[in-house]
Amino acid sequence: MNDMTPIETTLKDWETDQEVRWCPGCGDYAILKAVQRTLPMLGADPKNTVFVSGIGCSSRFPYYVESYGFHSIHGRAPAVATGIKLANPQLDVWLVTGDGDGMSIGGNHTMHVLRRNLDCQIMLFNNEIYGLTKGQYSPTSRPGTPSPTSPAGSVDRPASPCAFALGSGARFVARSYDVSKDLSEVLMAAYRHKGAAFMEIFQNCIVYNKDRFDDFTDKAVAADMQVQCRDGEPLLYAKETRGLALDPETLSLQAVDVVDGDWQGAGVLRHNVRNRTLAHMLVEMPFGPFPMALGVILDDPAPTFESAVVAERQGLIAGKTADLGKLLARGQTWTVP
Amino acid sequence: MMATISSVDDSARQRAPLEGGVPGVEAPPLEAVVVRFAGDSGDGMQLTGGQFTLSTALAGNDLATFPDFPAEIRAPQGTLFGVSAFQINFGSSEITTAGDAPDVLVAMNPAALKTNIHALKPGGMVVVDTGEFGKRNLEKAKYAANPLEDGSLARWDVLAFDISALTLEAVKPFGLGNKEALRCKNMWTLGLALWMFDRDRQPLIDWLNAKFAKNPVLAQANIAALNAGHAYGETAELAGPLKRQHIDPVPSAPGLYRTITGAEAISLGLVAGCQLAGLPMFFGGYPITPASAILHHLVKMKEFGVTTFQAEDEIAAICSAIGASYAGQLGVTSSSGPGIALKGEAMGLAVMTELPLVIVNSQRGGPSTGLPTKTEQSDLYQAVYGRNGDAPLPVIAACSPADAFECAIEACRIATSYMTPVILLTDGYIGNASEPWKVPDPAGFAPFPVAFLEEPNGESRVLPYKRDERGVRPWIRPGTPGLMHRIGGIEKAVDTGNIDYAPDVHQAQTDARKARIDGIAAGIPPQEICLGEAQGTLLVIGWGSTFGPIHQAVRRAQKKGYAVSHAQVRHIWPLPGNLGELLAGFDHVLVPEMNTGQFKTLLRDRFLVDAVPLNKTSGQPFAIAELEAAIARFFDGIAGNEGGEVEVNETQLPAPEIEQP
Repeated sequence: MNDMTPIETTLKDWETDQEVRWCPGCGDYAILKAVQRTLPMLGADPKNTVFVSGIGCSSRFPYYVESYGFHSIHGRAPAVATGIKLANPQLDVWLVTGDGDGMSIGGNHTMHVLRRNLDCQIMLFNNEIYGLTKGQYSPTSRPGTPSPTSPAGSVDRPASPCAFALGSGARFVARSYDVSKDLSEVLMAAYRHKGAAFMEIFQNCIVYNKDRFDDFTDKAVAADMQVQCRDGEPLLYAKETRGLALDPETLSLQAVDVVDGDWQGAGVLRHNVRNRTLAHMLVEMPFGPFPMALGVILDDPAPTFESAVVAERQGLIAGKTADLGKLLARGQTWTVP
Repeated sequence: MMATISSVDDSARQRAPLEGGVPGVEAPPLEAVVVRFAGDSGDGMQLTGGQFTLSTALAGNDLATFPDFPAEIRAPQGTLFGVSAFQINFGSSEITTAGDAPDVLVAMNPAALKTNIHALKPGGMVVVDTGEFGKRNLEKAKYAANPLEDGSLARWDVLAFDISALTLEAVKPFGLGNKEALRCKNMWTLGLALWMFDRDRQPLIDWLNAKFAKNPVLAQANIAALNAGHAYGETAELAGPLKRQHIDPVPSAPGLYRTITGAEAISLGLVAGCQLAGLPMFFGGYPITPASAILHHLVKMKEFGVTTFQAEDEIAAICSAIGASYAGQLGVTSSSGPGIALKGEAMGLAVMTELPLVIVNSQRGGPSTGLPTKTEQSDLYQAVYGRNGDAPLPVIAACSPADAFECAIEACRIATSYMTPVILLTDGYIGNASEPWKVPDPAGFAPFPVAFLEEPNGESRVLPYKRDERGVRPWIRPGTPGLMHRIGGIEKAVDTGNIDYAPDVHQAQTDARKARIDGIAAGIPPQEICLGEAQGTLLVIGWGSTFGPIHQAVRRAQKKGYAVSHAQVRHIWPLPGNLGELLAGFDHVLVPEMNTGQFKTLLRDRFLVDAVPLNKTSGQPFAIAELEAAIARFFDGIAGNEGGEVEVNETQLPAPEIEQP
């Protein structure tokens, strides 16, 4: 986020005149609406907002937001965004990427934008499939995913975007999904975090990977299979009958029963958004025996890259004047009479 | 044994000797001399050469240098492939090349002797350090017998003495360890060289004091070694070839001068270009030989609104520069062939989004990793054609270190005036070589200030792809109220820039992109003949760093009475509008290039002219003699004998990997 004065806008102000070209029923629609609904709540200013994307279904996003937008090339949005933010630190920069764009071809740039801590919001739409190229398995596809390039099921082991982000030194990691009522809350937290804010947003690909996330998003199982991470609150789920505790023997999380609301007695942990160790454990819990950790998992700000670049420059140029004539004549010179 | 140093230029010998002598100078004045320093890559040869260059420039001589070093930072000591060399040609007349065969070779060990001695002119002088000619070093250099003793050096004047021991003696009072003391050897040698060519030691002493300001003992030791080498030349009663030489200053235009390398010149030119455009500069780079030097220089110029960003890879380097250009700064990126290949897709993005960008390619030998520290001009196809789709962009090429300054300004001007990425070609030779440079007065530069769009350019709306009469779209910075818009690499509608890949739209935008770049030809100076008449029997046309050798070879050929001219092309794409007419004025066109004939192909394609290639890809610049021979074949009356290939020969700087016979 930038330090500009908040501006009053409505959802309509953030809509463009462009026809949205995602498949009907695509999860991207819900994410677009959530963003357009949230930006006015944040007081964001369209003229100071830039959406930068790579290539893929998700990367069409900038065309549909009435702000500045740059639809770049596959995987390189973090690099383009870095140039934009260093050139003008006053801009609010949002990155839109996907599991292919951000974790595969652009994995390197995702790592570096996170470790440098460039102030920006990164939305990684994870649909666990290549949509725009017609359904090949992606780096987050589960083993055995059948696809045009893996007719007998994919054999690759998938990468975990949130674990990758933490490993890269991210200071903000959050998780949500396209139709979640909590998505807006996650977007706001990301916006308010000064630094690189990484969001993995599970997104339903209606055509090539339909209902892939039903095992925790479906209404029938959501309560049992989601744990909402809220700072200072106990990590409870299944209508507060289950919770996450630390197993001191294995130094890992264990799912415990909570009887009569006595979560303290059951040893259930309170969530702490500044606890990086806990964040690692939450994003690496195997799904099935454990629920899916959603919400703001880590939010522990540190100085941003662009502020460090500015400070470094100011230090280097202190007391120097920009005299081109003097610069050209630097070094050892001699005069021919 | 010959007792004098021959001059570099045969024609110089025929001229009357320069009048008068310098008191205390024994030998008659010479017009030009080529000296090569060669040693282990850890011996500080580049530093020795660099400081000798500075003292030469301060003495008022014109000069050209050629540093030649191995790709390994510290190759195993004493080996043939670890030899590092630095050649300088200096004189009292205009110097445009680093010279062909050296007159003097300083060889710090057997490996340096072995890899360089065959380049030395017959009768030339070789200075060797006998202290390094022990059994082990001889073995490492694959010498069966000591060449100092077996008579194999009879063709040359050998000046052999124990520089190692003399250096140790000179620095004894400073109590350095043996290893540290021996590191002063290069200064001892430099002292001797300064004496040989009647150079002032003071600038070196000042430099050493500044370099070792934190360690005055080291400064004193190095100065002592320098003085001892100088005194050795002064006092040693050598019956042999050691004679002091004086090279008169070159007559130059009055003014302030400095030495400059191509990498420095490009950095300064980029800063000047951005100042003239009224823009801050964003430089995104990733370390690569030989391009890194530009980034090293620019980090020291941040007071001129320069932001430097060392990216995670070549792709991020260019993409960040594109992002910065989008945000309203001038994005610049720089690399060498392999890195430029990685940037290809992003260049297409800059072409499609029509954003200004400067891409500097310091060419090196290829393909793939190729010859990282050697020079070549083989990225011309890559620059002109090397992108997917019809992706035209302007290409300009610098022909010398000083010319690189102007070319960098020109690249900034074209990029911002036409909203386009521009490729600036230089090479390892230009980048590392230095020459004297008359410091220009910034007041003489013509500014080309940039105007951003601040108000809607359509009826109450912004049209990001609405073109002016030159086909140029407006530059719109994010943060400007009311001008929000979206751009990207996907094909877009005329004016609005909305996604649109209808057949007529792609046709129209492809045509518009091409016409805009073609139109740049109208805004560049006409091609000039830099030496000779505007018509004749033969035009030798080059581009880039072949300028020096072509110029000298044509000059010599003219003295033989041949109707030959020289043109050096800066604007490779689009070519100057008058070039076709110019080529038509000659019976033959010869195109010398350090590649297999890339510019030749371009000329043939554009003008249907029978351009004859002259190619060399040994990693070494052309020798003047090679070009003279190629030119002469157009005038020997034998049909079908014109031009031809250049053979690898022993006068070149060493390719240490190849064993000399």
